[in-house]
Amino acid sequence: MSTLDRASEAGPTTSLPPEQLASDDAVPPPPQRGPGHRGIATRVFVGAALAVMTVAFVYPFIWLISASLKPRSDVFDNRLIPETLTFDNYIEVWNAAPMAAWLMNTAFVTVMATLTVTISSALVAWGFARYQFRGRNLLFGLVLASMMIPGAATMIPTYLIWNSLGLVGTLTPLWAGNVFGTAFYIFLLRQFFLGLPPELFDAAEIDGAGHWRVFWHIALPLTRPALVVVALFEFQAAWTDLMRGLIYLRDREDFTVPRGLKSMLDQFGFGGEWHWELIVTASVITTLPMIIVFFIGQRQIIQGVASTGTKG
Amino acid sequence: VSLATPASTRAAAAPRPPRGRGGSGRHQGWVAFLFISPWLIGFLVFMAYPVVYTGYLSLTDYDVINDPTFLGLDNYRELVSDEKVVLALRNTFVYTLMSVPAQLVFSLGLALLLQRAGRAAGFFRTAFFLPKMTPPVAVGVLLLMLLNGQSGLLNELLGWFGINGPNWTTDPDWVKPGLVVTSLWTVGSSVIILLAALQEVPEELLDAARVDGASWSRRLWHVVLPIISPAIYFIVVVDTIASLQSFTEAYTAFFGAGNTTYSNDAALFYAIYLFQQAFEFLHMGYASAMAVLLFAIVMVVTAVQVMLSRRYVHYTGGAR
Repeated sequence: MSTLDRASEAGPTTSLPPEQLASDDAVPPPPQRGPGHRGIATRVFVGAALAVMTVAFVYPFIWLISASLKPRSDVFDNRLIPETLTFDNYIEVWNAAPMAAWLMNTAFVTVMATLTVTISSALVAWGFARYQFRGRNLLFGLVLASMMIPGAATMIPTYLIWNSLGLVGTLTPLWAGNVFGTAFYIFLLRQFFLGLPPELFDAAEIDGAGHWRVFWHIALPLTRPALVVVALFEFQAAWTDLMRGLIYLRDREDFTVPRGLKSMLDQFGFGGEWHWELIVTASVITTLPMIIVFFIGQRQIIQGVASTGTKG
Repeated sequence: VSLATPASTRAAAAPRPPRGRGGSGRHQGWVAFLFISPWLIGFLVFMAYPVVYTGYLSLTDYDVINDPTFLGLDNYRELVSDEKVVLALRNTFVYTLMSVPAQLVFSLGLALLLQRAGRAAGFFRTAFFLPKMTPPVAVGVLLLMLLNGQSGLLNELLGWFGINGPNWTTDPDWVKPGLVVTSLWTVGSSVIILLAALQEVPEELLDAARVDGASWSRRLWHVVLPIISPAIYFIVVVDTIASLQSFTEAYTAFFGAGNTTYSNDAALFYAIYLFQQAFEFLHMGYASAMAVLLFAIVMVVTAVQVMLSRRYVHYTGGAR
């Protein structure tokens, strides 16, 4: 919960029913009604509107990729197919910026952030779902309440903590907070754990399995669909985060890709050099991994989002 | 809303395991505390302590290098007379008041379309969600490129219809509308949440309304919207909190090291000014006071929304 816009993913009315995640399609097509005259007119309208909207949503990507394949003078010509097709920008961008280092840094931060937050949130969620203890409801209420706290309210002391540990200027502050879990994911996973039959775990305990074994070998594997959703959400959040990069990273070589893209915009965009073709190309490089992740995890991402807000 | 009940009701139903190693473990508080200890530590160190310390810093002058010096309420006095704070607050509220309804109406329209898309719904859903994956920095770059007044794609498109598009990125009157337009591009998750809610609307209710001769718009207003009001409420709350803190797209497009070429006051959101005060000017005390104010605003707005929800949000019984 340290980026300011993370709030868009959090909310108290969120729930994640396991049956929805486990099923193949959380959003089945609606039942068809018999066509009439009005039905046909409606269908034509719906089809046309959907087509226009699809173009509106997808075209910026196509524009961006197309622009990245144009020479400097043509970037703003708005042509779909570049008049002169060139891959020079992709070579040039590697010379103009330490792109490889940025990609490595971001990959490292993203993997660490995803791994740590998934495991720690699952641990905590299990503690809340499986056990009864005094103050449990109060503490879980605190988990929910902490989602409402704006990132700005903790941003400065958090910076001072990392500063006093001498870690400002390193990649650590970009992910290490995740070892403590994140309220939203704890909530999500707890809901999932509560949907599993407790008899299963009771039986394992009768068979002599310890607390850790029950969690690690029985509960976690059953939670895989929800863990995948959490991992995908965090992967996206960590890869795209700009603010922590702005706060904590100092040297150009240490930047993440979003932070690097911002520095390129400052240098080549308004800095007077006007190399928009490099900015466009760097934007493609920054965005492409997320598009790939989306196409790999599309079903889980969409089901995960669909289940955040449907249930009161 | 039953957030905390299932485990306790289940515990009563489940057969008590015999005592032994790990037996009856559900009542062993210390095991539970071990499991939740990561969050407990994190909450104390990275949530509770920072919130309290922000409150303390807001009463001081602090630049990270020298120790904080106590000022009392001076920062807050400065806050109310700081023109830029007033400007940033106004920008943020105006943007929120424009973008939250715009996003809601737009995403509801898209969800209604998707609901009628039949078999192809999956394809369109993917297309609508894709921009949500785009890093906000890249969204900021796209804003500068596509909404550029002279050569941007949007104005070229408007030109086809004989509309002379405004300078979205430089005209102070059009910067915020430009940001709103951009925010419409990333409504994917709202669309998906609303679509899921629409599919929970019982077909019998719609049929009954149809038999009674209710038009499409009446069915939408009197049947569909009340039933999906919890999802709408959720989206409004989440989008409002996010809009009040919006930072990345506007900061990318209009602020930063090299950006001195034109006035960008119109895009100065509260979170941006707070960030500048804290990390560009190192006015940590002043920025903390700003953070306290933001915290208060978010709390008040949320409280108002909770109160309004009691009146306008219908939770139907028997939710699965």
